[in-house]
Amino acid sequence: MSSAAPAVGLQAAGPGAPGTAAWLRAQLAAAALAAAPAGVALVITVLLFSAAVAAAGFDALEVWGLILSGGFGDAFAWQNTLQRAAPLMLTGLAVALPAQAGRVIIGAEGALVLGGLAAAALGNVLATASPALAWPAMALAGALAGGLWIAIAGLLRDKREVNETISSLLLSFIAIALFNQCVETVLRDPASLNKASTKPLPDALMLPAMPGLDVHWGLGVGVAVALLAWGVLRFTPLGLALKVAGGNPRAALGVGLPVSALTVGACAAGGACAGLAGAVEVAAVHGAANASLIAGYGYSGILIAFAARFSPAGVVPVAILVGGIAASGSLLQRRLGLPDAAVTVLLGFAFVALIGCETLRGRSFWKRKA
Amino acid sequence: MSSNDLLLPRRRLLAGTALAGASLTLPGALRQALAQAPLVVGVIYVGPRGDFGYNQAQAAAAAALKKMPGIKVVEEENVPETAAVQKTMEAMINQDKATLIFPTSFGYFDPHMLKMAQKYPKVRFAHCGGMWTAGKHPTNTGSYFGYIDECQFLAGVVAGFTSKSKKLGFIAAKPIGQVLRNINAFTLGARLVDPSITTRVIFTGEWSMPVKEAEASTSLIDQGVDVLTSHVDSPKVIVETAEKRGIFSCGYHASQAALAPKGYLTGAEWDWATPYSAQVKAAQTGAPMPNFLRGGLKDGYVKMSPYGKAVSDAAKKKADEIKAAMSKGGYAIFKGALKDNKGNVVIAAGKSLDQFDAELEKMNYLVEGVIGSIPG
Repeated sequence: MSSAAPAVGLQAAGPGAPGTAAWLRAQLAAAALAAAPAGVALVITVLLFSAAVAAAGFDALEVWGLILSGGFGDAFAWQNTLQRAAPLMLTGLAVALPAQAGRVIIGAEGALVLGGLAAAALGNVLATASPALAWPAMALAGALAGGLWIAIAGLLRDKREVNETISSLLLSFIAIALFNQCVETVLRDPASLNKASTKPLPDALMLPAMPGLDVHWGLGVGVAVALLAWGVLRFTPLGLALKVAGGNPRAALGVGLPVSALTVGACAAGGACAGLAGAVEVAAVHGAANASLIAGYGYSGILIAFAARFSPAGVVPVAILVGGIAASGSLLQRRLGLPDAAVTVLLGFAFVALIGCETLRGRSFWKRKA
Repeated sequence: MSSNDLLLPRRRLLAGTALAGASLTLPGALRQALAQAPLVVGVIYVGPRGDFGYNQAQAAAAAALKKMPGIKVVEEENVPETAAVQKTMEAMINQDKATLIFPTSFGYFDPHMLKMAQKYPKVRFAHCGGMWTAGKHPTNTGSYFGYIDECQFLAGVVAGFTSKSKKLGFIAAKPIGQVLRNINAFTLGARLVDPSITTRVIFTGEWSMPVKEAEASTSLIDQGVDVLTSHVDSPKVIVETAEKRGIFSCGYHASQAALAPKGYLTGAEWDWATPYSAQVKAAQTGAPMPNFLRGGLKDGYVKMSPYGKAVSDAAKKKADEIKAAMSKGGYAIFKGALKDNKGNVVIAAGKSLDQFDAELEKMNYLVEGVIGSIPG
């Protein structure tokens, strides 16, 4: 997928030597150019949503005021936003990473629940171990479970030309059925009468909040993994190889790149992110694996990744934006009695506008006048 | 808030509520503050408020609270059982100054509500269906629930009088104790009228899965079932399918009469306004929080949908008779000798279980007359 290449990065080879004023100007111009479609999309979104809100008989200004204050107005609003954004960063990466190798994976939900299940099961085995040992082991178990699951979709595409978008979605349904079966039978805590659940993790193994923040460590993990992925793609030969393999597999084969390993690996890396998200949800929020884990984060990740143009670093701000809109949706319901669907409409406008404007990128009128 | 809004609740309060009586003895400024600051109550739903089911039953109680003086209700729907509900509770406390919260979905209890209750010990959390246990759970939390199997039993009686094919259908979400108890009560009610009646049960496996519920309805009707009922979050599609296919239906959670004007017989409904107002009264007067609220028809926790036009006079007479006995108290639905549908005696002859009996909450069998088995 060629659009996966971060435009800002490609512009880096612009005029001037690094560090000079000309270089800096070129960098800024490139950044502005990259941000231009997002800016236009923002204006379109504001206009459309204001019209929709006004048509429904609400004061658009008041609604926008509440959206800003509910999502980003004060320290509480920010923590609310960041908490809601945390799982979406990892599930966004679950779509963005395979996209680097030209694979469109939409089954992150399945990888997430299996990751959560693996982490919960291992956490119970390691119940008396120290967190220093148990946490990395649970994270690894989650990542491994999710990674292997999505690798199946990657392999099916590589070996059998099965469309990975469809197979990953179908695999997701299988994963959820498998998850439910395990939670309701072999891994069920006999004490969970009304809601089947695995045995709760001991308190010592619950991930605490991040220091000074009322947000769990999922946020830190999400940002760290996103930056790591960005760094690998941007600065390492592996990143370049992945881009070449995704952009032009034939050329990649021609220069001797292991295209199969790269594309299946990218799918596995994406699945690992989703599995890790599941492990974090279990260790930081639920304390056990149960049906509450199937919350749609995997599907939201698809939107996040598309809106971030598959940039691993871009996933972070987009997830925060979506988290903020979810937080403000909560306030809109309570203050104005707006239905829950209001923010869904807003997100819909935003994503359609963003993706619509994105198709204009590269057209002549976006190009900087020479 | 206009000055009229401020005056109205105050005037009503002074007219004679308990709070007004107490506040008259307080110093003027404090009294004014009390009268002007309403009790903010937060209500959180897992699905849409207008789902013709579980959430609508809760929303009806919230709507009743809104009519009470000195109350401000803030609501949020479609809140998942994740960290999102924790943040919603915190937002109600921080942004709306809520001091009494009703997190109404079962999955909100542990860990979400318990965590927030620890963090905000001055806020009261009243949960629907959760098993609050003294000594184990904080005193600023509590749970309310009702013995709706009484209404299912009565609906079964009405269904028993109405059915021509002697085949009833029950679409159930998950095979947990509360659901099995409803299936069994419905069947026992019908078989009280005619012991040859059977109930076919299908479990969908999900609390809300309209596609499967519609398929199950069609399948049961094709098997000759002529009265359909359910225990899922929203019986909407089931009642609609029954009406479309020209058979009868009994509702659950809230009234679905509007969806089936011809075939809706009656239904088992919650009357959550009773526990809601008990919690509100305690919060307003500063009395300790009622931690464990349970009740049936007698206590006003559950009610029947008004009879539909297809219900015969004989059915009404019999059902009303039993209802009167239940409202007096002491009517036992589950009594020996009772066999499950595999032939095992589950309640010995001569033994009868009171509605409050904890054994009933752990029900793990389907009674004789139910065709189907517990999955898993």
